[in-house]
Amino acid sequence: MHPAPPPFIRIENLTLGYDRHPAVHHLSGDIPAGALVAVIGPNGAGKSTLLKGLAGELRPIGGRIVMPGLPPGALAYLPQRGEIDHSFPVSVFDVVAMGLWREVGAFGGLSRTQRQRVRDALAAVGMSGFEARPIGSLSGGQLQRARFARLMLQDAPLILLDEPFAAIDSRTVDDLVQLILGWHREGRTVLTVVHDLEQVRRHFPTCLLLSREPVAFGPTAQVLTPDMLARARRLSEAFDDDAPECHIELPPTAVSPTDEHAHHHNHASHRH
Amino acid sequence: MTEFLLSPFTDFAFMRRALAGCLALALGATPVGVFLLLRRMSLMGDAMSHAILPGAALGYLAFGLSLGAMTIGGIVAGIVVVLAAGLVTRASVLKEDASLAAFYLLSLAAGVMIVSLRGRNLDLLHVLFGSVLALDDGSLLLIASIASVTLFCLAILFRPLVMECFDPAFLRGISRWSPVAHYGFLMLVVLNLVSGFHALGTLMAVGIMILPAAAARLWARGLPALLLLAVLFAFGSGVAGLLLSFHADVPAGPAIVLVCGLVYFVSLLAAPGGLLAGRLPVRRHLES
Repeated sequence: MHPAPPPFIRIENLTLGYDRHPAVHHLSGDIPAGALVAVIGPNGAGKSTLLKGLAGELRPIGGRIVMPGLPPGALAYLPQRGEIDHSFPVSVFDVVAMGLWREVGAFGGLSRTQRQRVRDALAAVGMSGFEARPIGSLSGGQLQRARFARLMLQDAPLILLDEPFAAIDSRTVDDLVQLILGWHREGRTVLTVVHDLEQVRRHFPTCLLLSREPVAFGPTAQVLTPDMLARARRLSEAFDDDAPECHIELPPTAVSPTDEHAHHHNHASHRH
Repeated sequence: MTEFLLSPFTDFAFMRRALAGCLALALGATPVGVFLLLRRMSLMGDAMSHAILPGAALGYLAFGLSLGAMTIGGIVAGIVVVLAAGLVTRASVLKEDASLAAFYLLSLAAGVMIVSLRGRNLDLLHVLFGSVLALDDGSLLLIASIASVTLFCLAILFRPLVMECFDPAFLRGISRWSPVAHYGFLMLVVLNLVSGFHALGTLMAVGIMILPAAAARLWARGLPALLLLAVLFAFGSGVAGLLLSFHADVPAGPAIVLVCGLVYFVSLLAAPGGLLAGRLPVRRHLES
């Protein structure tokens, strides 16, 4: 047996939140390189917040995230609601080509090969022939396909997708899932927020169930049990404006996926 | 006809200077206006023109009608306002319009206070309304330099700026260019308003920024075409406005802006993005 590879992402006692209210509360765990993780949980469970934290858009209010093997800028993040200005006069080709930023930077021109890669990426998402169309003329599903094409060109070892299938028809979802599985085969680490549990069972080997508190993290079959899901629902309690300060001090050692359950119990007994 | 169109420029040096000034403004200020329009900050130019006023007035009151003092005063006041507003936009919950409004209003109030301390409002009319027909060498050089700097900076910032306007979150995620593009662009706005107020005055400098951009937006679908068309509209309006001013003996600044307005109204009627496009008989649709 080889020794286990070092974790690609190490989450140490991480708390993320807004106005001191935690949205992700004391999460610890290691995500190995090449993992394909579905992040699931009820609405308001902190799934998007976790991805924001991993993408560096939100400063932790406790604990930390360590990604030792990841060069800066080598992370591709697809937020749920992008800030895309649909009326801006740019073509689909230009938008997808933005994914090449790490290669061409602010000034570089696109080589013939790079242009071909943009067209290939569009073809891979089933959007051949849309190159010259203005971005504002795309439907919701087409736009999501174009965003995936841009993501492909970013060629990032770590990919974070926040509800990529929201309001997307089933055919497009199937295509996009195939792309994600392709990235997984290429050895990229992918974290995706998903709501369709069938989808998760079928395609995602690993699962992180959040409900503000971490509920379970591990092989999908062990996470998606009626027990765990019921616990997740119970935990999604209301936002309490006058919540007292949290004084849990966990040792900042990462908890392995199998210990996660125990950690939760431990934590619950400490709770206010 | 040639007589009518050309002789004002061949016969009079001040008309040639004004023409050069208009060309420089069209090349510098109008592309900046296109990006203001695309950022939905068209009114920001107007706000900023108020923001640079106190600096220019302070320079004017301290050193008299000195080009250098008024220019530097205007640029400093404008940059203070855009930096403060940019910082607030990026670091607080306030959006760009709200943070700009707060700072430009403060700047305007300070300006009015300064002017009232010395109370020579009449001379300030020159600052407010400019004089494209009285451009001296210094002003012309200034306008031309600002236009050159603007074109150079826009060329450098073009890709980051397009991405900052189109998808700022994406740009922030992949590079550190986002603040550079944001602040750099705001500074270009200030520089061009200062350049514009020498020719057209603080209030009307915004006209040659926004009106040609808005007219061109009704015609063009791509960004390069939009920029080119806006510059052509601006320069064309400049030439027409100067001729109108020469032959009809009306002030040049308002004439130029009114011609810009005419181009805008014609575009509203005739352009594919204008008012009538949705009311014309429907043409046969395509197969796919």
